[in-house]
Amino acid sequence: MQNLRWKLITCVAVFILFAGVGVYPIVASWYKLPAPKWLMDRQLKLGLDLQGGVHLVLRVHTDDALRHETEAESERLREPLKTAGMTGATITVDSPTQFKIEGIAPEQDAAFRQAAAAVETNFDRSPGAGGVYTFTMRPNIALNLREEAVTQARQTLERRVNELGVSEPSIAQQGSNNDEILVQLPGVTDINRAKEVMGSPGLLQLKIVEQGPVGSREALLVNGQVPAGMEILPGGSGKAGDAGTSYYLVKRVAAVEGRDLRSARPGIDSTGRPAVNFTLNSEASRKFGEITGANIGRNLAIILDNRVQTAPVINGRITDNGIIEGVGSQEEVQDLSLILRSGSLPAQLSYLQERTIGPTLGADSIRAGLVASLVGLLLVMAFMLVYYKLAGVNAVVALIFNLVILLGLMAYVGAVMTLPGIAGFILTMGMGVDSNVLIFERIKEELAAERGVRASINAGFSRVFLTLLDTHISALIAAAFLFQFGTGPIRGFAVTLSVGLLSNIFTSTFVSKTLFETALANRRQVATLSI
Amino acid sequence: MQILKNPHIDYLRWKWPALALSAVVILAGLATIFTRGIPMGIEFAGGTAVVAAFDQDVALDPVRDAINRAFGTESVVHSFGDPGQHQIMIRVPQVGDESGTALSEVVDKVKASLQSAGLPKFDIPYYEAVGPAVGQQLRTQGFWAAVLALGGILLYITFRYQFSFAIGAIIATVHDLLVTLAFLAFFQYDMTLNVIAALLTIAGFSSNDTIVIFDRVRENLRGMRRDSLNDIFNLSVNQTMSRTIITSGTAMLSAVALYLFGGDVLRGFAFTLIVGMISGTYSTIFIAIAVVSMWRGSGPLKAAARAPAAPPSAPQQPTRKSKAQRKARAS
Repeated sequence: MQNLRWKLITCVAVFILFAGVGVYPIVASWYKLPAPKWLMDRQLKLGLDLQGGVHLVLRVHTDDALRHETEAESERLREPLKTAGMTGATITVDSPTQFKIEGIAPEQDAAFRQAAAAVETNFDRSPGAGGVYTFTMRPNIALNLREEAVTQARQTLERRVNELGVSEPSIAQQGSNNDEILVQLPGVTDINRAKEVMGSPGLLQLKIVEQGPVGSREALLVNGQVPAGMEILPGGSGKAGDAGTSYYLVKRVAAVEGRDLRSARPGIDSTGRPAVNFTLNSEASRKFGEITGANIGRNLAIILDNRVQTAPVINGRITDNGIIEGVGSQEEVQDLSLILRSGSLPAQLSYLQERTIGPTLGADSIRAGLVASLVGLLLVMAFMLVYYKLAGVNAVVALIFNLVILLGLMAYVGAVMTLPGIAGFILTMGMGVDSNVLIFERIKEELAAERGVRASINAGFSRVFLTLLDTHISALIAAAFLFQFGTGPIRGFAVTLSVGLLSNIFTSTFVSKTLFETALANRRQVATLSI
Repeated sequence: MQILKNPHIDYLRWKWPALALSAVVILAGLATIFTRGIPMGIEFAGGTAVVAAFDQDVALDPVRDAINRAFGTESVVHSFGDPGQHQIMIRVPQVGDESGTALSEVVDKVKASLQSAGLPKFDIPYYEAVGPAVGQQLRTQGFWAAVLALGGILLYITFRYQFSFAIGAIIATVHDLLVTLAFLAFFQYDMTLNVIAALLTIAGFSSNDTIVIFDRVRENLRGMRRDSLNDIFNLSVNQTMSRTIITSGTAMLSAVALYLFGGDVLRGFAFTLIVGMISGTYSTIFIAIAVVSMWRGSGPLKAAARAPAAPPSAPQQPTRKSKAQRKARAS
């Protein structure tokens, strides 16, 4: 019985392997037993619904990124147009992907085309009547920018969440346009700070103040319009109760932007209040040095998310560092440093879904789920033992085997245990029992047809194998679509179910058959079978 | 031990009453869905759900009054979880603006309206705010997941058996889904993602059950070419009857345990499973076979199932006995 020995060894090895990966870490963490770190890192993790935490779905407004690009490109044309003497030309941005240039005299047409060539790698130019030109962003460029914006937003969020010190966060892109970001923060319950830090655009810009501050927006208009290439920004902190908003006229294009920062740290200003110190990278320092050197005596606007935070007078050439004052409390200063360090968001974010689960609620769910699973499992095992007698022991062993393999595989693939995942466990147990029942009933039929015990067992297993394959594959098809469609917990369910179906085929055909063979191995004449 | 000793029941005789019963349940269900609807969980409908855990026992009515005053009568208020924890689930259709971070501001309004109603102290162990965009997306995704899953199973069964069998399996599966939806509507369970998971599980289980019987039909077709198709169908259902009952019974044990002990979050899930499993067993026995029989006619069968892939190591075919012999042995 060389063959049987190897089968038994295989079974025991598989059991030990999966028990080691799937069950031991859980027991070890429970009873504080020693275990290697790589094993504990693989421990089956609990989903948000079981351990509590925050679940957020954000949408990236990719239009913002496109508009930003369109504005920057259209501004690039302003200088060349001016030097070419086309002072009557106006540039307006119509939509996130389109801008328009009006007032080009016919005799300047050739010169204009030459100047406009600068932006034509990314924009299509189409002439209209009366010296109007429309520039539309090429669709593939727009698509790339959108994808880039979402990726960049995700990376920025990852950095911010990591800086917040959340352990094992999960951040992933999803949605039909792939412009949504799913953020899961296990163990976090104070959602407001997390939301504030994640959602803040964190766009720092340094611009020379052209005019202001003045008390009203209208005072900065020239002929009722914002001067070309300029914008009007409000000052002050923007918080409730901050009276007396002031307005500044600044250039639309920033001298230095948030992405040029090398670092940002909390510090104090000259009066001892909390402030953020920032350092520029070398490229930006050079530019900043030139600008500050050329504008001594004027005001420099330090702009955070389109609001002028402070506008100190430039006393001398500054190269690589600066300070943001008037931020507020120590914690706000810390958060702002964190936001600036992690880089700005390329587009606005909004929240589509928000869920907070307290740790006690999660603990209740896990208790209820475990109790239900155990009760179900014990009832099923009791039934199998009563109905199939000794063969029932076989079924119970196969069931436990199945459970261990399932836990081990889930830990191995790094799956997360969720509430529907527990339900998936129960259903897998149901399918496992079904496989055993199919085989046992078939064996009974064969026995009733007065075939020998060994022949009946062999026939039972081989006949049912194809049936099992069919039923399991069709269930896997359903699970695959569930995985495709599902988010979070539902995916957990689909993963558990699929993994369970696979381990089930192994236990119900291989393990169970080996057990039968082992039980009969030492008996020469087998007349009866306890089934 | 044996639950049924060699039953020989003519299931196809019951095909019309069975089809009528199913039709009545499904039509009543559809009528309920169209008149009262199935309440949508907030994942699908959008809105705000809040669980308030009070520090002492609170009656539902004052909470409901406070919520209705602030949010209108479409709100839902019911107790939640272990009664000892005095938790109340509040669901309102409103949700904050889907721009910026305003989505969850309705949670604060719910808190404020509970506080101003003079209720005992509470905290919020759970809340969820879902904007309308998410619900829309989930609805279309859910629809396509169901259609694709059923289509996948249809293709697989056609590939493994034949088209008429696939039709029978799909009609039985759709039947189970509709019956389950009907009962969800009768009992006004919320349609949540968990319930969708349960429905897709039902689809898997139902086709699983049907396949087991079809598999037996295919095997019997090989040995009983001269018998009428209806006899083969009845014989196959009878042969697998013990298995059908035991399997459904044990799966049901798990589902009932889930319903009783799984807590509020899993109750809708477990209810869906229980109804679906009962319907699945019923449709396997009475509907799937009836559909195949009606699709193909019930006469003797010349071009039997293509029967691909005979079991590789099946040395003998017990079903190669004639039906008369089998009956003789049974009696």
